[in-house]
Amino acid sequence: MEACNCIEPQWPADELLMKYQYISDFFIALAYFSIPLELIYFVKKSAVFPYRWVLVQFGAFIVLCGATHLINLWTFNTHSRTVAIVMTTAKVLTAVVSCATALMLVHIIPDLLSVKTRELFLKNKAAELDREMGLIRTQEETGRHVRMLTHEIRSTLDRHTILKTTLVELGRTLALEECALWMPTRTGLELQLSYTLRHQNPVGFTVPIQLPVINQVFSTNRAAKISPNCPVARLRPLAGKYMPGEVVAVRVPLLHLSNFQINDWPELSTKRYALMVLMLPSDSARQWHVHELELVEVVADQVAVALSHAAILEESMRARDLLMEQNVALDLARREAETAIRARNDFLAVMNHEMRTPMHAIIALSSLLQETELTPEQRQMVETILKSSNLLATLINDVLDLSRLEDGSLQLDVRTFNLHAIFREVFNLVKPIASLKQLFISLNLAPDLPEYAVGDEKRLMQIMLNVVGNAVKFSKEGSISITAFVAKPESLRDPRASEIFPVPCDNHFYMRVQVKDFGSGINPQDIPKVFTKFAQSQSQASRNSGGSGLGLAICKRFVNLMEGNIWIESDGLDKGCTAIFTVKLGVTERLNESKLPSVPKVTRNHGQTSFPGLKVLIMDDNGVSRMVNKGLLVHLGCDVTAVSSADECLRVVSQEHKVVFVDVSLPGNGAEDSYRVAVRIHERFTKRHGRPLVVAITGNTDRVSTENCMRVGMDGVVLKPVSVDKMRRVLLELSEHGVYCEAH
Amino acid sequence: MDSAVLQLQRQLSDYKSSLYNEGFLDDQFTQLQQLQDESNPDFVVEVVSLFFEDSERLLTELTKTLDQQSVDFRKVDAYVHQLKGSSSSIGAQRVQRVCIYFRNYCDEQNVEGCLKCLQQVKNEYTLVKNKLETLFKFEQQLLAAGGSIPMQ
Repeated sequence: MEACNCIEPQWPADELLMKYQYISDFFIALAYFSIPLELIYFVKKSAVFPYRWVLVQFGAFIVLCGATHLINLWTFNTHSRTVAIVMTTAKVLTAVVSCATALMLVHIIPDLLSVKTRELFLKNKAAELDREMGLIRTQEETGRHVRMLTHEIRSTLDRHTILKTTLVELGRTLALEECALWMPTRTGLELQLSYTLRHQNPVGFTVPIQLPVINQVFSTNRAAKISPNCPVARLRPLAGKYMPGEVVAVRVPLLHLSNFQINDWPELSTKRYALMVLMLPSDSARQWHVHELELVEVVADQVAVALSHAAILEESMRARDLLMEQNVALDLARREAETAIRARNDFLAVMNHEMRTPMHAIIALSSLLQETELTPEQRQMVETILKSSNLLATLINDVLDLSRLEDGSLQLDVRTFNLHAIFREVFNLVKPIASLKQLFISLNLAPDLPEYAVGDEKRLMQIMLNVVGNAVKFSKEGSISITAFVAKPESLRDPRASEIFPVPCDNHFYMRVQVKDFGSGINPQDIPKVFTKFAQSQSQASRNSGGSGLGLAICKRFVNLMEGNIWIESDGLDKGCTAIFTVKLGVTERLNESKLPSVPKVTRNHGQTSFPGLKVLIMDDNGVSRMVNKGLLVHLGCDVTAVSSADECLRVVSQEHKVVFVDVSLPGNGAEDSYRVAVRIHERFTKRHGRPLVVAITGNTDRVSTENCMRVGMDGVVLKPVSVDKMRRVLLELSEHGVYCEAH
Repeated sequence: MDSAVLQLQRQLSDYKSSLYNEGFLDDQFTQLQQLQDESNPDFVVEVVSLFFEDSERLLTELTKTLDQQSVDFRKVDAYVHQLKGSSSSIGAQRVQRVCIYFRNYCDEQNVEGCLKCLQQVKNEYTLVKNKLETLFKFEQQLLAAGGSIPMQ
């Protein structure tokens, strides 16, 4: 044997140890080899892992470590130099790779750790988002419920339906056990159970409104949780042992029409509220969630609005019904008033003629009777009859006048007249009576009072006679003075009356007349009554003086028509009184001859040349009056054709005729013919300038026949009897204005 | 002027005045007289003559109608209306007045009343006819004596 310095393997003693080392190295190598394989496999599987090359590095490191351990297996026994070299190479490589890996890991591990934190962060975020999503979803669902509820509530205008629907829908949406509505009573001191969800017939429990829990709910517009034991929540008899569910109450404002101001939404001051109570099912662990509470609050508001709409609608329907009733009633009243007016007009129309005719008959025949031979007794009787009938006639005229005055149908007959003459005539009329009573009358006309004026002569005289007559009537002694002058504006105003404020203008002047007497006077308190119809003061004198009490009332109205004022001043009983009136009269610029009413003095060449050759047609079925009127027109210079019937008139009439006079005082249906003529002429001659003017001649003074004439298009109405002057005036007016209207 | 003419004139105007005063004539008659002039010298006489003719005819008709067993009041009314119109046109006041009462009786359909009125109308008519004829005679006398008719 050669000498070898090799260490003798100590097999037999450490053989076991060596065996174990051997086996361990083997398994280590195996593991070392399989780990990279696994790594590669998993890297291949996962696409995401970012550090591949790190794994490769690791793999190399591990492989080399394994190789090293594997090669170690051969070094236990004697081994050749090759094995040693391989072993060394492997170890060197392993050292290199492992150092490199170690160095690399220093960089990589923080990164790997941060990946982990990021992952944690993202997970948290995801959880949060999930939560929010849940929240939004619930909100959206709530919104959906509210919309649906609102829709249900608003789809009806009936109060009960609204409330019922609210409860039903809320119950459904929130899966409530019970839902109840308490409304305030009329007195406002109690809440009455009005509607419930499950109980079909609420029995009308009432609860005083001043409970603290109710006040608490009413004081806020949020839904509030209340105890299930409080009176409003105890709707079901407490039966057995169950855990009542949570109860929430919310106020429902009850809005009235008067709450809606223009600027702001209703204030919270004097408001009435109803109480809505909602109960969750008992024995469930459900709690009121915030979003459910919100839902309840929103619904309560909506209900309030819907209720107020319903209330407004109810009000307006009621108002409309009321208006309709009133309308019907008014209509009826109007028709009744119209009937009454028509009846009165008919009555007046009849009275106008029918009362006057017999009256005149009585007067005429009595005066005729007076002329015959009578015994003194008979004469006295006849005189009494005459006096009474005269009185009656005056009364009838007065009443008819007054009603026409009130009607407004009276028009002044305005023309030029002699002012001074009126006064003189009144004076002359009154003087005999006055001298009989030994009263002294004086007449004083101011020098600036014009001699002629334009106004209603007849009515002015009536006023004067009335006023002066009163003065005479109520004076037993003394004197009566009549003064008349042109009034200055300041003196026109009756200090007590404020009705009329006269303004003098160019062609008018105001005349003031004062009649002063020293007779029985009037109590100042009675003065206003003096002008009222039918009222008489109760003094001795007036009871004996007769009279209807209408005189001054009529005077007042005439004076008012003449745009003037009348009043009485008196210092008291037995101190006399002064009657003063002012009237507005027109000024005549020059004395127009043809305008003066002629006391029938005829001058030959009067108006013969006024209307030369004016072609005129006259229709009258009465031969005599036809002839008279024709003569009248011929006298005025016209070229006259006379016909006796409507047909003939229509046959003959042509555009050359300027005026057609039609007699309409035909009885019964005769007047219709005349109207027919007017209508036909209108139809035939449409051009205004070419049409002959149609004028009616009538004996009827009433308004109805004038209206009829106007209605068929007559251009004028002339009252019989027709004098030459009247006819001249008619033709003048027709040629100037194309219409003629006679004041009644 | 001649005293005879003067006297005749005075007589005429007195007579005329009396006619007016007694109510036989009214203003309308005056109007008629105004219409008489050189171009129309006999206007009044013509009109009055027409009136006489017309009235006599109407009175005859009225008598006939009122004599019937069953009186046609409408016809009566129409005649009276005509008579009223004519008499008012010439100013025969009293005739016109009676016509008014006559119409009232017609409206009441009172035959007796109508008959009474008819009698009255006839009386009045005769009266006024006589008066007017006398008046015309006076006028003619005056004209014959060389005077002219004065206007009132």
